[in-house]
Amino acid sequence: MKLRAIIVDDEELARQILREYLDKAGEVEIVAECANGFEAVKAVGELRPDLLFLDIQMPKLDGFEVLELIDPPVAVIFVTAYDQYALKAFDAAAVDYLLKPFSTDRLAKALERARALLSDPQPRALQASDLAAAARPPGQMLERVVVKDGTRVNIIPIAKLDYVEAQDDYIALHSEKKHYLKQQTISSIEAQLDPARFARVHRSYIVNLERIARIEPYTKDSRVAVLQDGSQLPVSRSGYTKLKELLGENI
Amino acid sequence: MHPIFRNTATLSAYMGLWTILAAALAALMRIPGDLNWSQALSISVPLCLLYAFVCLTPWYICRALPLGSAQVTRLLINQLAAAVLACTLWIGAARLLAFTMDLGPRLNPAVPQLVVLGLLLYLMSVALHYALLAVEASREAAVQTRDAELRALKSQINPHFLFNCLNSISALTSSDPVRARDMCVLLSDFLRKTLGLGERASISWREELELARTYLEVEQVRFGARLKVEMQVDDGCADCQVPPLVLQPLIENAIKHGIATMVEGGTIRLEGHIEDGRLAVRVENSFDPEAPSPRRHGLGLRNVRDRLRTRFGDAAHLHLAAEHDRFSAEMVFPCHKTIS
Repeated sequence: MKLRAIIVDDEELARQILREYLDKAGEVEIVAECANGFEAVKAVGELRPDLLFLDIQMPKLDGFEVLELIDPPVAVIFVTAYDQYALKAFDAAAVDYLLKPFSTDRLAKALERARALLSDPQPRALQASDLAAAARPPGQMLERVVVKDGTRVNIIPIAKLDYVEAQDDYIALHSEKKHYLKQQTISSIEAQLDPARFARVHRSYIVNLERIARIEPYTKDSRVAVLQDGSQLPVSRSGYTKLKELLGENI
Repeated sequence: MHPIFRNTATLSAYMGLWTILAAALAALMRIPGDLNWSQALSISVPLCLLYAFVCLTPWYICRALPLGSAQVTRLLINQLAAAVLACTLWIGAARLLAFTMDLGPRLNPAVPQLVVLGLLLYLMSVALHYALLAVEASREAAVQTRDAELRALKSQINPHFLFNCLNSISALTSSDPVRARDMCVLLSDFLRKTLGLGERASISWREELELARTYLEVEQVRFGARLKVEMQVDDGCADCQVPPLVLQPLIENAIKHGIATMVEGGTIRLEGHIEDGRLAVRVENSFDPEAPSPRRHGLGLRNVRDRLRTRFGDAAHLHLAAEHDRFSAEMVFPCHKTIS
């Protein structure tokens, strides 16, 4: 059976060599070529390929963001020139990675691994969003969140994110009166957000500190945070301690 | 720790100086006529040994209140207060020494001179400490210059650039061998030109520009129609001496954070002209303000700024501006026509 593959790279020549190698190998059918991240997410959603060759630095969405937005079971092979942080992530979860320029032999090996993985029905150990978190250089915080809504890709800049709410296996990202669902754990997004701007005020809530209008008592032991748009979020006792540290006593 | 304790030679020289001062002080205390040599020395020697250490304390105050950046009144008040305190200690110690040797009343006529001397010695040590700090600062600046130069040379060939080029060549070998060969030649040209730069402090603007042109030609192969270049450079600049690879990071930045972020690509505009004996260079490019955040931001530009500052001081500047979808880097520095 031929594997159905999509090539994603913003450089024409980089796509060209991959196409040439794959044509020669004969066991792969290229169903689409994409020059940026948006196209890639759309193509993967519509064409449901087995295999994705993914560059990292691209216009619109980078390779990791694309990875966050596509649904398994797509085997991803990263193709990149050099990225010290990415290498760490490849070890964690991608099928394989090809360092440009690569040989036909090396590509054959990557294809072999992809076949082996696709025939093995075991779910992947790591979620794509967690993988993307692992790939982020230490000390660098998330500047935007990408969410897929059907075939649409929404980009939420961190400054426009009001609060995050845990909903079973999903998180709801609230921004400008709308909310977006994303499959990720609340702890994993907490680790990606700048702790000076966002605080986990409750087991299920992370709030943007700039949005808090006031804190009101609720029951004897708990409080609610009232946001500028009127939303009310529960604040646990440890959450309140955290807020006092970040915003000072007079909140 | 105070730098004087760093080696025994400076410490012994310092203590030697104070021994001479102790002898001079004894002579001074004899003038009113109430003390003989041995009495005067038995007070002045321990007194000076003690004061030698007191006069090391300005090190901490001077570091906390550097000349130039600290407020003048605050600096004066603090230093004078410290001087009065030190002098009080000096007089107190002198009186105590005299008292234990039953010479109390005989010291009295020398007290006014002692007060003046105590203040003077302390303030002199303050001045010396500021000089010491200035020496240390200039030594540090020299180290920083060297570091900045080294960093610049290390980063002259970005591995990302090199591997992407080789990948393009690899792709072209089967589809367009002639272009593959052209690209090999261009890349070799670029590498050869950058290799020799390590030993040179300055190169002419002509050479720097040539380097940037070669670089852009190589990138042109990679990006094809996505990369458009416009150049408007006055011939008058050609002989200006510039730090090697000072333009290169600006161009690299324009590609990496500009052209590479746009699906349709964009234009890099390079301008250079002479303005009041200074070379003004401007690199402008389009970029996508909503592009994914870069992983290694601004390291190259920071390097350029460091190098300009260490080389030209306040006479040079690098100004960065982002407006809508245009980014510009403007760099101005003195144009010396001969190798400095």
